[in-house]
Amino acid sequence: MAECHPVGFQWVMEAKARGAKVIHVDPRFTRTSALADVHVPLRAGSDIAFLGGIINHVLQNEKYFRDYVVAYTNAPMILREDFRDTEDLDGVFSGLDPDNRRYDNASWQYEGMEVQAASGERDLEYDKRTTGGGSETEAARGEAHGSGGADIGEGEPERDDTLTHPRCVFQVLKRHYARYTPEAVEQICGVPQDLFRQVCELVTDNSGRERTTAFAYAVGWTQHTVGVQYIRAASVLQSLLGNMGRPGGGILALRGHASIQGSTDIPTLFNLLPGYIPMPHAHKGEGLDEFVQGEAARKGYWGNMRTYLVSLLKAYWGDAATAENDFCFDYLPRLTGSHSAYETAMAQLEGVCKGYFVFGENPAVGNANAKLMRLGMANLDWMVVRDFSLIETATWWKDGPEIETGEMRTEDIGTEVFFLPAAAHTEKDGSFTNTQRMLQWHHKAVEPPGQARSDLWFTYHLGRIIREKLAGSTDPMDAPVLDVTWDYPLKGELAEPDAESVLAEINGRAADGSPLSSYEQLQADGSTACGCWIYCGVYADGVNQSARRRPGTEQNWVAGEWAWAWPANRRILYNRASADPDGKPWSERKALVWWDADEGKWVGHDVPDFKPTKAPDYEPPPDATAAEALSGTDPFIMQADGKAWLYVPSGLTDGPLPTHYEPQDSPFDNLLYPQQRNPVRQLLARHPDNRYQPSGTEPGSDVFPYVATTYRLTEHHTAGGMSRWLPYLAELQPEFFCEISPELAAERGLEHTGWATIVSARGVVEARVLVTDRMAPLTVQGRTLHQVGLPYHWGPNGYSTGDAANELLHLSLDPNTHIQEAKAFAVDIRPGRRPRGPASVRLVREYRARAGIDENTGTEP
Amino acid sequence: MGVRTWIDSWPVYRQLTGTDPLGRGAAAKSGRSERLTPRVASADHVVKSVCPYCAVGCGQNVYVEDGKVTQIEGDPDSPISRGRLCPKGSASLQLTTGDAREHEVLYRRPYGTEWERLDLDTAMDMIADRVVAARRAGWQWEVDEARTRRTLGIASLGGATLDNEENYLIKKLFTALGAIQIENQARV
Repeated sequence: MAECHPVGFQWVMEAKARGAKVIHVDPRFTRTSALADVHVPLRAGSDIAFLGGIINHVLQNEKYFRDYVVAYTNAPMILREDFRDTEDLDGVFSGLDPDNRRYDNASWQYEGMEVQAASGERDLEYDKRTTGGGSETEAARGEAHGSGGADIGEGEPERDDTLTHPRCVFQVLKRHYARYTPEAVEQICGVPQDLFRQVCELVTDNSGRERTTAFAYAVGWTQHTVGVQYIRAASVLQSLLGNMGRPGGGILALRGHASIQGSTDIPTLFNLLPGYIPMPHAHKGEGLDEFVQGEAARKGYWGNMRTYLVSLLKAYWGDAATAENDFCFDYLPRLTGSHSAYETAMAQLEGVCKGYFVFGENPAVGNANAKLMRLGMANLDWMVVRDFSLIETATWWKDGPEIETGEMRTEDIGTEVFFLPAAAHTEKDGSFTNTQRMLQWHHKAVEPPGQARSDLWFTYHLGRIIREKLAGSTDPMDAPVLDVTWDYPLKGELAEPDAESVLAEINGRAADGSPLSSYEQLQADGSTACGCWIYCGVYADGVNQSARRRPGTEQNWVAGEWAWAWPANRRILYNRASADPDGKPWSERKALVWWDADEGKWVGHDVPDFKPTKAPDYEPPPDATAAEALSGTDPFIMQADGKAWLYVPSGLTDGPLPTHYEPQDSPFDNLLYPQQRNPVRQLLARHPDNRYQPSGTEPGSDVFPYVATTYRLTEHHTAGGMSRWLPYLAELQPEFFCEISPELAAERGLEHTGWATIVSARGVVEARVLVTDRMAPLTVQGRTLHQVGLPYHWGPNGYSTGDAANELLHLSLDPNTHIQEAKAFAVDIRPGRRPRGPASVRLVREYRARAGIDENTGTEP
Repeated sequence: MGVRTWIDSWPVYRQLTGTDPLGRGAAAKSGRSERLTPRVASADHVVKSVCPYCAVGCGQNVYVEDGKVTQIEGDPDSPISRGRLCPKGSASLQLTTGDAREHEVLYRRPYGTEWERLDLDTAMDMIADRVVAARRAGWQWEVDEARTRRTLGIASLGGATLDNEENYLIKKLFTALGAIQIENQARV
């Protein structure tokens, strides 16, 4: 955090100055470790074993916050009799279909619940139609619950508040984690038992009624074949300890781009519509009603999905969207499986996808298996790159690695490339959503230079020109483009669309055109229009709330009048859980919001994340639905049962409980189960440049004996597009390097400041060698493991140059999110520079041959 | 320069007679540094902004003089950052005004070996033509007898470095065009 979010880290230091203990768990010793009380180096890719070990410690030693767990989590819920855990099935859950690499989650449900017929029938229908495609797995449906909301069906689950029923979630959890002992943690993670116990004690001593513990993570947790389950493991732990919805608690995602949260909320993502409404899948005869019936939860705020969706369709298609035509629901294009960035690259290789827009991203070096990305681009008819400088994604046809190796010749590449210079943040109005879900407006200071334009300008005018070209068309294909509302006021000589008018559309309007102030005002009858329901209120009273800048020094510690956070300017999500079931704070020193019986409403330091007048003793009538069906003690209002989920009955593709599996490429066998890898991880097409490696005790595994991990440095940003062209930053970090221990340097004859060549089954890169004690060797399963650290900012262009670490990566993805496993893989490292020209390709082929790699290696479920 | 001013300009004299006997501050200050002013002092106005790098969202003050950005500093008012910026945020003046930024449209024709110049309006018109054609070529009304109403001909990547309003228009336009392969850095 001190490396990659240094200014945010000042608050960790403030906490430390007030007595907090800081624990840093990372394979490397970094600036964060230097300032932490405890640094725990562990093997990259073993965090679920580590977190599972802490969960086991909490359960075995009864360190959980019992009152919180019984009232606010699903610990008492009783599971169906036919559920089988990894304990029963050698490391997999019931419902596994190994041939199609997917789970049927019917047996994971609570006892007493019936999955809604429409949903079941629909997916059944879908499966029949897609020949082994595995819709649930490949469609990122799990990620569609970025704001909670997986449906759990009809009925009330059976529960046992004594937590003793053998099939209750609590007892299942206890059995599941019993094998995650300190000894197992030591063997799998390489963390000595004393150090591990110290962490357990620090965390549990600092959790409960009077104290809270927070977890912060970044892509070191998400970029795995089990990435979502990493976060889930932290969720289980934090829910057991009562650390959710309370000040100083939580699980904090430290996101890495200025508006990566915003581009998830208002998604430029294939599987989502704004506000985490799922993109519809292709189903015969499915209209708006069937879609909502299939997707919406019965209880909680996702019970209002129709309201959110109809309001979005009204924002998109205005007067053309009517009750008679299902509000143009048919205008939405339909998915048939996954269409993620990596499948798009495959579609380019197959010649299906012909045109490509790239906005401020650098996939030619920034995506996993960068070579496949470039090969995909070389097969396009045309592409448009919008950026500040000539990044590798703009110039690969001229000077990319394949030109150097002779695999491609510029004269043979038919791709037409448009490079359009982009405006900087100082040259346009707009809002970023930061990692705390806070929208902050930045104001235009100057006009963009030359032909540089904002992406708002580009997108608006591209749409305008396309609409002009299609004007008068009666082809039904063109109706959605011609009917879309596209009339934003233009400003200045450049005809820049008014960004605030777009924000107003996102916020939403009432029937009379006045701005809405809360998503509670949205209607399902088409009388309201709202571009993103969770952002409703950001333009309340016609005022740009995201531009509020009351100095922090003039406010309380919540600073609620600086900018605006979704939803409803609440700064801590699910903060009803900061009070006990009766509505009183669990403790005075951790008070955040509470029930004021005299006033008959929730009050406190933050905006309550709860219906303001719903009393703690409120019990919903039996026929209530959506938000009305939440009781006064259901703090997790986006969840279909209002509870924090220790166990996930629905919404995940790869299991209801986090389970340790080895990474796709690992030098080690899975010590806990015979099942080596996540059985439903997503493997992309068997391309010759995307080979996987043998693992553990398989023959050939020893060809790649070292664990590698990629990461960022303070002085650069992502794939370098915004940092490698800056003289100051290039001087601070002038070239690509790898970090290795003195022991590994001795083992492989590597010299500090000399060169190393690093090889995987996909590619080869060279890097300067940094020999440092910061990369400590670990003892894993009785032998010494060396890890190789690879910052991934580079490519051949700019002032600071080097090979791209992403050349080494495979495409084996988390099945929920389609995120690649960049944080734990296996490599070989040797002294000297990499070969040039065709010899470079030959070297990788030789390695594959030595390891006995073919198209089937590493692909078993 | 009067005698008095001349004597006062002598650092040792100031050190012996003034408030800075150790000669570390006022006594050691030269005439030149006395006359220096920060470049932000002459700014015509200050524009409130947000750092474009990571998602912490540090506040920035953008100083503008004669229609140009002259300096970018941390905004002390921000309860998030309290005026601090990291090395990247501190370098954002170079990001926005540096000479490595391209200001003109560049075009590489199919099988071409070099960049060419292209007028922005021409480029926009050419791109629009290509979108219309690729969209039509990749159109699918149905897949396996289920209605899809979509195109696989065009794709878009990127958004995490963009504004919410920009992401909103991209998703809206591409969805209306029937394109589904819309992705950004959140996936990688």
